[in-house]
Amino acid sequence: MGGYGDVQLLRDDGTRLDGRKVDEMRPVTIEAGVLPAADGSAMITHGLNVAVAAVYGPMEAHPRKIQRQDRAVIDVRYNMAPFSTSDRIRPGFNRRSREISKVTADALESVVLVERYPRSKIRVEIEILAAEAGTRCVGITAAAVALADAGIPMRDMIVGVASGKVEDTVVLDLDKAEDNYGQADLPVGILPNTGEIAFLQMDGDLSPDEYNLAMEYNFKAAKEIHEIMVDALQRRYQGGEA
Amino acid sequence: MSQGQTGAEQRLVTPGMAVGPSTGKRAGSGIIATEDTFIATQLGWLRELNNTVSIDPINAAYMPRSGDLVVGIVAEVRNNLWFMNINGSFQGLLPMSLAPWKVEFGAARQHMDVGDVVLARVQEVDECHNVVLTMKGVGLRRLNQGTVESIPVQHIDRVRGANNERLQRLRDATDCRIMVGENGRVWIDGSADGVSLARHALHAVSKEAHSKDMDEILNEIENKKKGDA
Repeated sequence: MGGYGDVQLLRDDGTRLDGRKVDEMRPVTIEAGVLPAADGSAMITHGLNVAVAAVYGPMEAHPRKIQRQDRAVIDVRYNMAPFSTSDRIRPGFNRRSREISKVTADALESVVLVERYPRSKIRVEIEILAAEAGTRCVGITAAAVALADAGIPMRDMIVGVASGKVEDTVVLDLDKAEDNYGQADLPVGILPNTGEIAFLQMDGDLSPDEYNLAMEYNFKAAKEIHEIMVDALQRRYQGGEA
Repeated sequence: MSQGQTGAEQRLVTPGMAVGPSTGKRAGSGIIATEDTFIATQLGWLRELNNTVSIDPINAAYMPRSGDLVVGIVAEVRNNLWFMNINGSFQGLLPMSLAPWKVEFGAARQHMDVGDVVLARVQEVDECHNVVLTMKGVGLRRLNQGTVESIPVQHIDRVRGANNERLQRLRDATDCRIMVGENGRVWIDGSADGVSLARHALHAVSKEAHSKDMDEILNEIENKKKGDA
């Protein structure tokens, strides 16, 4: 993230390298209930990103020291598969996956009604099968659908979405080149029904105007992704029951 | 508990969805009230009954309540108590004082060991989810024979039907003794063929409950039984 080098990220006609407009997101598809062993699960493709999320619980929190007497804890494990990028990733936890697991857990804790399950743990596993920038947002979106699929009560379904800046232009939903060579990245977790923000990170610099425009793009995309999330759940269960 | 889409058309709602104005109505399970709107908190079918708006969840964990009849599996044995897996977030505790036998301190294992299956009742549940079970009561006992199947908790009412009508049909059609625990465990005892049919029916309910009616499944079994006879 620096904006240096001679990589041209915007064409002369204002479109991006993959042909998208600046406020256009990559195609998103979501499928709920893909893993039979999990209490709830979802698979999402977002551009070239592919992620699977599985939810287990609520269950007794172990080890006991993590138990909270008045609420459940959310235990998130975000992991990128070794084959998810062109360079092999060393399997196992690393600094980045630990950080993303933590911010994801914090974001989910703000929407799940954790006070319903004292001393419990809700386990969320996010596995990135293919990565092309924006995997933390994709993981959060998949986790929200998996939590809903598992019947975990929530105030809203959180949507992960990102905007950023490339060549001094604010763009929605950065792809790999834009993420690597762009000037800023602004991933957020949005509650689409209330418009609240459950998590926000910023990498790089944005002026107040650029920030406002990026957030405008993010909210617009969050609405679109939320519709796809709802549709995925309805497709799975609205099968013309007698 | 879920009765699925019966009667008037029901709406499938997702968490965070506004499900209507809250004025003059009460919020039931799965619903939270904001200033003037009801918000769904779970994925499920919206239901309005007696001025109360609630959600029949599509998936739900078993939350023990006092008085529930449950099929438990002994998970751990101590000198004076048993810990039971009751298919919930937490294990249930059965103290020797609430067992149907006179148990000497240190002799709990002689009566029930790990893996044994029992029919018990939830005596009490506190706010921290500590569950105490009892086996003192009519019909509560160790289940020495038969098999145990699991079904989703939200489909229990569908298996039972009104006044246990469907459950009785299933018992008659399969010639089996069947007990449905509130924790989603079903104990079945009978001939090998009968148990197999009952298991088939319960699997069908678990897998096809969203698209197929339990009555349809029962009709299939009853017709098959008639055909065989």
